Amino acid sequence: MPSIEKPPIQHPGLRRNSLGLTIHDYEGSMSTLCAGCGHDSVTAAIVHALWEMETPPHRIAKLSGIGCSAKTTAYFARGAHGFNTAHGRMATIATGAAAANRDLLYIGISGDGDSLSIGLGHLAHLIRRNVRMVYIIENNGVYGLTKGQFSPSADVGSTTKRGDPNQVPPIDPMSLGLSLGATFLARGFSGDKRQLVPIIKAAAAHRGLALIDVISPCVTFNDHEGSTKSYLFTRHHDTTATESDFVPPAPEIVASIPVEGVVSVTMHDGSVLRVRSVPDDYDPTDREGVAEHLRRAHAAGDVVTGLLYIDESSADLHEMHDTTDQPLRDIPFSQLCPGSAVLAGFGVR
Amino acid sequence: MKATDTGDPAYFHRVVDCQWACPAHTDVPEYIRLIAQGRFTDAYMVNRESNVFPAILGRTCDRPCEPACRRERVDGTPVAICRLKRVAADHRDDIGERLPAIPRTKNGRRIACVGAGPASLTVANDLLPLGYEVAMFEQHATPGGLMRTNIPSFRLPSRVLDEEVDVILDMGVDIRYDSPVTSMRALLDTGYDAVFIGSGAPRGKELDLPGRHDTDRIHVGIDWLQSIAFGHVDTVGERVLIIGVGNTAMDCCRSSLRLGGTDIRVMARRPRPFFKASSWELDDAEEEGVHIMVNHAPKRFVVEGGRLVGMEFERLEWDENARTSSVIDTVLLPCDDVILAIGQDNAFPWIERDLGMNFDGDVPVVDKTTMQSSLPNVFFGGDSAFGPKNIIWAVEQAHQAAISIHNLCQGLAVDERPPVLMNLMSKAMGLGQWSYHNDYNPAHRQKMTHVELTNRFRALDIEVELGFTAEQTAREVQRCLNCDIETVFSAPLCIECDACIDVCPVQCLTITADGTETDVRARLSAPAVNPAQSLFASSALPQTGRLMIKDEDLCVHCGLCAERCPTAAWDMQKFTLLLPTAGLAVPMGAH
Repeated sequence: MPSIEKPPIQHPGLRRNSLGLTIHDYEGSMSTLCAGCGHDSVTAAIVHALWEMETPPHRIAKLSGIGCSAKTTAYFARGAHGFNTAHGRMATIATGAAAANRDLLYIGISGDGDSLSIGLGHLAHLIRRNVRMVYIIENNGVYGLTKGQFSPSADVGSTTKRGDPNQVPPIDPMSLGLSLGATFLARGFSGDKRQLVPIIKAAAAHRGLALIDVISPCVTFNDHEGSTKSYLFTRHHDTTATESDFVPPAPEIVASIPVEGVVSVTMHDGSVLRVRSVPDDYDPTDREGVAEHLRRAHAAGDVVTGLLYIDESSADLHEMHDTTDQPLRDIPFSQLCPGSAVLAGFGVR
Repeated sequence: MKATDTGDPAYFHRVVDCQWACPAHTDVPEYIRLIAQGRFTDAYMVNRESNVFPAILGRTCDRPCEPACRRERVDGTPVAICRLKRVAADHRDDIGERLPAIPRTKNGRRIACVGAGPASLTVANDLLPLGYEVAMFEQHATPGGLMRTNIPSFRLPSRVLDEEVDVILDMGVDIRYDSPVTSMRALLDTGYDAVFIGSGAPRGKELDLPGRHDTDRIHVGIDWLQSIAFGHVDTVGERVLIIGVGNTAMDCCRSSLRLGGTDIRVMARRPRPFFKASSWELDDAEEEGVHIMVNHAPKRFVVEGGRLVGMEFERLEWDENARTSSVIDTVLLPCDDVILAIGQDNAFPWIERDLGMNFDGDVPVVDKTTMQSSLPNVFFGGDSAFGPKNIIWAVEQAHQAAISIHNLCQGLAVDERPPVLMNLMSKAMGLGQWSYHNDYNPAHRQKMTHVELTNRFRALDIEVELGFTAEQTAREVQRCLNCDIETVFSAPLCIECDACIDVCPVQCLTITADGTETDVRARLSAPAVNPAQSLFASSALPQTGRLMIKDEDLCVHCGLCAERCPTAAWDMQKFTLLLPTAGLAVPMGAH
């Protein structure tokens, strides 16, 4: 645990966004995760993305389950709403919250254990319902909080710190998402913020569930030579499928990636996501093609990163169910609840 | 980028901005930490090692350290380094036991010092412990040089001056008062092994305008201040004009207020941003009611019937950079006295020009490193070397001259300088524990309390600055950012997890691909906009071959990078600069 809080220095060169907020205003309390934990870099990427997106902190809701990953929500956007739910139940709470108040930006942080083990059922239905939120899986292949047992995302052959190999096949959240009809799938690496920050920004603008699988090494239990989720392994096996550049709705568009071969996707809020495929034949809108690409890469032992799949046309939870345009809290109580007299007219006599 | 060579002491030295800016390289953060611990005598001795006169400098130093202080870049005002130096001096105990022993058996070498000012005293301070015999020739009946004659006692009480001067004289200086050196030839003929000239810059600049010599009420500033110091002058007219706006002018105007002046004007040719005086000296003078009048160029002295009645000035209008001016009109300002404070020159009428010593015009040619003149056994230091600067420069030049004199007397080449070395020692005590106070304190700079204006002018020697209270000291010491606790990086250990980059409160760290420095400066976490500050570049990192870059500009040395580093690639280490001094042997193979 750090000996001090991060010094609140407001030096003259510190930049402010249009809300007058510095990047420090999007930080939270000091992390008590292990020094060098990938999760802290994911936090930093979220902080960076929120500051650049100029999201007012009080328009954000942070949700998490149980595990090392669940602590992340305490470390960013200290002015935001938060819900630290039960193990694996973040997806359900998020669904309810998003149904009740459609105006907030929901950021759910989970881990490979929380989402792919105890919470897998809930995650599946969250994907099917296309709940509008950013769902980040901080994926390190182990249960860090209980000292490094294999999680459901551990690859076959990957070893524990003491050398025992894993024999149970892994669940890949990206392949899972493709099969369940997910509309936004991306994989990042905590050690590559240049790739991760634009992905988070695009995810926040997506109309529906944006599932981001972030390889986030466990520096204490899974950063060794036998690991397939270590810093070194990920760097050596990272094969980029796409490079993306998120352009917010603004008069001037400045691209940070080469324009040639770029697919532009206009997002729900008027922003533009520009995606450049790295292998020429990769098409992030072809569900079957992406599934095939992931299967081949997995067989080759590659970790495919980038924005993997996007479908901006499918309906989200609210559109599917034709809900009201307003958050429920803005609807007068008399309208929300018609009263005993009306209710008495329903049901079996 | 080329990987930074942190084995060269200059790299980490430069990070300690105050120490780098100080001519004598005083270890400022170290003594501030000692003050924080209440170890005032230790703090005083850290000062004395490099600057010799902590109590005097704690009141009078020109403070090149403060504009350099990192704290100014972080929150707008530097640490009150100079005032803290005075705190250490004010609260020190007897230092007698900590002074170097003076050998009873002398080494047989005799050194003559001309003048008993800060430069000569420093030479004596450095050489007496090595067994030298030092004779010092002083024209006045008291030691101290300009510290006594030109700095008024309301800024530097004579008690404070005497204490620190006496420490050196008591080491065994053969001091000869009332002994002006009138012939260099005669001095050389007496057979000293080396002569050190620390006689200052004793000649105030003249202003030869009409009327200059028609009255005795026009004074040369430094001579006038000296007359006050020795009690020869104790009154002045009610209306006084000071010509010039340097620090001597500030001493002249404030002295005038204490000798009966009521309407004191400091006349400046140029606009305020171009004044030579230190900003705090201007503030102190204006607090006392002195008027500073800009854009007035002296034209003539108005003397009627042998009596000075006023002075005529041209009012100027300057262009933006104060390079060219045009005259608006001419004004007459009535006055009783005029004091000229427009600079000083060196003067060496007592050095015969046929001794073989090279002169450039009226000043001797002196080597900037060795302080040696073209006569191998004659050295200069202080204002006599390169013109008026200030005490801290005199001290440093004298340290260098002492090294040269020692080399000369030991048969070593004078330009064979002892090396600058460093020590680095980890401050890690355990997980998240450091043996220094790493938390950032947002306190503002403490303001020095002054004697009430109503009481200040009753006597000439009432010291205006009261010194910091215990509370002020406690706050001010915590403003120091401990720049000497250096961030030391070991590239082979780094796994590029980004933890240090994510936690840094000023975003001064980046891992990025190699490139030219200009290129790298532009793509850092926070663009490095201050080219005066170094960029640290590591060697290639093991996993990706990228570089760890650190922009030193705003680092507050909080140690969070090291705390969040899983592999101890970052460590916080105390940097100690090992200053070369006379008598330090030149090690074999030193660079």
